Amino acid sequence: MISLQSYLIISAVVFILGILTILYKKNAVGILMGVELILNSVNLNFLAFSKYIDAHINGQLVAIFIIILAASEAAVALAIILNLYRDRANIDVTQVDQMKN
Amino acid sequence: MEAKELLFLFIAIVTIASAGLVAFSNKLIHSAFALMATFVGFAALYVFLSADFLAVTQIVVYVGGILILILFGVMMTHRIYDTTLKTIHNPLAMGIISAAALAVILGLVIYRSPWAATVDKPFVPTTSIIGAEILTNYLLPFELVSVLLLGVLIGAVFLARTEEHKK
Amino acid sequence: MVAFYIVLLFFLIGMLIVGITLVISRILQSRKSYPEKYIPYECGELPQGEAWIQFNNRFYIIALIFLIFDVEILFMFPWAVVFDTFGMLAFIEMLIFVVILLVGLAYVWAKGDLEWVKPKPKLAHLAKKKGA
Repeated sequence: MISLQSYLIISAVVFILGILTILYKKNAVGILMGVELILNSVNLNFLAFSKYIDAHINGQLVAIFIIILAASEAAVALAIILNLYRDRANIDVTQVDQMKN
Repeated sequence: MEAKELLFLFIAIVTIASAGLVAFSNKLIHSAFALMATFVGFAALYVFLSADFLAVTQIVVYVGGILILILFGVMMTHRIYDTTLKTIHNPLAMGIISAAALAVILGLVIYRSPWAATVDKPFVPTTSIIGAEILTNYLLPFELVSVLLLGVLIGAVFLARTEEHKK
Repeated sequence: MVAFYIVLLFFLIGMLIVGITLVISRILQSRKSYPEKYIPYECGELPQGEAWIQFNNRFYIIALIFLIFDVEILFMFPWAVVFDTFGMLAFIEMLIFVVILLVGLAYVWAKGDLEWVKPKPKLAHLAKKKGA
C-alpha cells in the first residue's frame, strides 16, 4: 500500500528542485523550466489529496485547470523571451534591468 | 502488491533524478530533455493515483505541447555560432541555503501533520465524471478557459510576430 | 487500470527495440574516422553554414497555435463521453467554447500567420511608406 506521505515527499522534493532551478539558472528559458517543475509538483499534491482524502474528484478538476494555465503561461513567457532576445541578443535575466534602452 | 511498490519506487527515483538533472545540468538542451523524463514520470505517478484522464492529459499537453515550445525557445535564443548552449549560473550557495530551509519546513509539515484517515478508493474511470463536472458544476471556469486561451493566442502571436514593425 | 500495464508494456518494448538496434549497430559498425565523416549530412551536398542554425520565428508561432488547439481538444474528450446524457445542453456549451476560440483562429488567419510565405500588406500606401 503506497501511502499519501510518499506522494507528498516526491512532490516536495520536485518543488524544492524547481525553486533551486529558478535560483540557480540565469537563462530565462531555464527559469521557465523551473516554473514548470513547480506546477507539476503542485498538480501531484492535488491528485494525491484527491485520491486519499476527497470523496469526489475535485482535485483532478483543479489539476486540469492548472495544466491549462501552465500551457498558457509557457506560451506567453516564451513569446516575451523571444522578443527580449530579438532586442538584446541576450536572455540573461540578471542583465535585463531596464524597461527601455 | 510487492511488484507494484517496486514499480512505484523506480518511477519516483527516475522522476526525482531527472528533475535534479533539469536543475543542475550545464547545457540547457540537456535540461529540456531531462524535463521530458520528469513529465513522463509524473504521468506514471498520476496513473498510480487512479487519475487516468490526467495522465493522458499530462502526456498530450506537457510532452506534446509545452515541451516542444520550450525546445523551440532553447533553439531560438542562442547565438548562431555558440554551439555549446552553456548556461551561466548564479552562485549556488544562496540557492542551496534557501532550498534547505524550504526542505526543513516542508519535511516538518509532512512529518508532523495529523493527516486525516486515508481511504483507498477503488479505481473508477474518470473521463465521464470529468465530462459531467465541466458541463455542470465547473461550467463557468470551463467557458472562461476559452476566453483565456483566446487572449493567450492573440497576445502571444502578437508578441512573437514583430518583424515587420521593427524594420 | 489494467490497460495502463499494457501501456507500460508498450513503453518497455519500445525502449527494448531501440536499445537492441543501438547495440546491433554498435557491434556491426566499422570505426574508421576520416574528416568527411564529421560533416553534417545534407543529401550528399557539401553543407552550407552550421547545423545549429537560428530557427525562424514562424516555427514558434505555428507551435503556439498548435498548443492552444491541443488544449481545446483536451476538453472535447470528456465532453464527447457524456454527450449522450446531456444532449442539447452539452452541444450549446461546447459551441460557445469553440466559437470563442474560433475568433482567435480567425485573427491568426486574417493576419497571415498561417501562411509560410507572408503575403504583402494589401493596402498600397503601407507598401509605399516602406519604400518597397
